[in-house]
Amino acid sequence: MILEMKHIKKSFDDLEVLKDINIGIKPGEIISIIGPSGSGKSTLLRCATGLETQDSGEIVYEDGAKFGLVFQNFNLFPHMSVLQNVMDAPVQVMKKDKETAKAEAMKWLDKMGLADRADAYPCQLSGGMQQRVAIARALAKDPDILFFDEPTSALDPELTGEVLKVIKSLADLHIAMVIVTHEMAFAKDISDEVIFMEKGVIVDRGTPDELFASDNPRTQEFLGRYNNI
Amino acid sequence: MTFATMLSTMSEGMLRTIGIFVITLVGSLPLGFVMYFMKKSKIKPISVITKVFIEIMRGTPLMLQLLVWYFGPYYLFGWGIGNWRFGAICVGFVLNYAAYFAEIYRGGIESIPRGQYEAAQILGYTKNQTFIRIILPQVVKIILPSITNEVITLVKDTSLAFTLAYQEVFSLAQQLSASQTSFMPFVIAGVFYFVANYLVSIGMTKVESAFDYYD
Ligand SMILES: Nc1ncnc2c1ncn2[C@@H]1O[C@H](COP(=O)(O)OP(=O)(O)OP(=O)(O)O)[C@@H](O)[C@H]1O
Ligand SMILES: [Mg+2]
Repeated sequence: MILEMKHIKKSFDDLEVLKDINIGIKPGEIISIIGPSGSGKSTLLRCATGLETQDSGEIVYEDGAKFGLVFQNFNLFPHMSVLQNVMDAPVQVMKKDKETAKAEAMKWLDKMGLADRADAYPCQLSGGMQQRVAIARALAKDPDILFFDEPTSALDPELTGEVLKVIKSLADLHIAMVIVTHEMAFAKDISDEVIFMEKGVIVDRGTPDELFASDNPRTQEFLGRYNNI
Repeated sequence: MTFATMLSTMSEGMLRTIGIFVITLVGSLPLGFVMYFMKKSKIKPISVITKVFIEIMRGTPLMLQLLVWYFGPYYLFGWGIGNWRFGAICVGFVLNYAAYFAEIYRGGIESIPRGQYEAAQILGYTKNQTFIRIILPQVVKIILPSITNEVITLVKDTSLAFTLAYQEVFSLAQQLSASQTSFMPFVIAGVFYFVANYLVSIGMTKVESAFDYYD
């Protein structure tokens, strides 16, 4: 297991947001998390990445495993060029030398289809491009596991496709991915496992085929709201 | 008195005015940062005292503050105030402007979205790296227009040193005007302040445009 989350509980004041969540992620595995607004999906990713601390339970990464997080609203550094956004952490944090970091950053930008925009600033790019830069930035830290929190929710509908496409193109890199998404067709297509969360509980889980054909009435009710599968 | 003599008499005052201006900026720009961090301190007494101090600095006239700094030591401790005039002016201006800058810094720093800190944390930046590489450059851009306003106000505020009978441009203009029964010293002073502010504007526009490469 690259990451094991055991009995995770988290409350904000009186609100129990996560109630005993258990998830294990194997190297290279792709897990999608779906569920209605407020079910605790973001909170779970924030606990897994250390942005929040769970009240109880264990989060155990494999020794030396590195993680990355792609935010709904990108959170690129506006004062840095695209290339600087991607190579700054490798240089400053991982202490890679500049030339190596730059070459690797360009490789990731190329994979994201953005090699020609390396010198642009985030404000000059479309939302879809900004999110692809954010993905390149996360990849540049050589993560073993990458979390995505609704990576296309802030995008105009016509831009979601390009971002989903590049996420899909990462599947063969053997990086584990945990993707919170409302894109059901995408989740069905890309995932090894789909997890349905509601009110802080994992209600249903399985392979895409299992989950999208689940006879759990709550799963059916939730999926019934999406007619794009 | 010829125009040339007037000008040369007043030029000494101009240098003193410029002195106040430079000392105030050099002292208050960094001190404002210190005050901001003291106000944010987790040690309660420090943050409360700093907060009250900043409010007093911003809530009372600078002219009054100058009088307090000048005469306070005498009335409170009975210290002679002989050579303290310029010292009181420096202390008064630096502390007053530092309080304003502290609030400008606070506004700028608090306007940076939390997502910037979170992205930096996930990428592994230390707290110091985050502040220096990610937050500060964005803050500088945001606060520059407010800083420009303060600097322009400062050019004019230097004339308050006249309260302590310090011989800067404004004091000299008044004295000369009275002794020479001439309006010219005021014109000279006016032109001086105007030109000074014009130069400040040009300089600050240059600095601001250095941050124009993104928005
Ligand atoms: N820092 C916080 N303080 C207080 N309440 C919070 C905090 N963060 C989240 N919550 C609450 O916890 C609940 C779960 O939030 P969370 O963002 O994890 O849901 P989500 O499943 O990601 O929803 P969405 O699909 O809208 O993103 C919500 O009711 C939210 O208001
Ligand atoms: Mg969320």
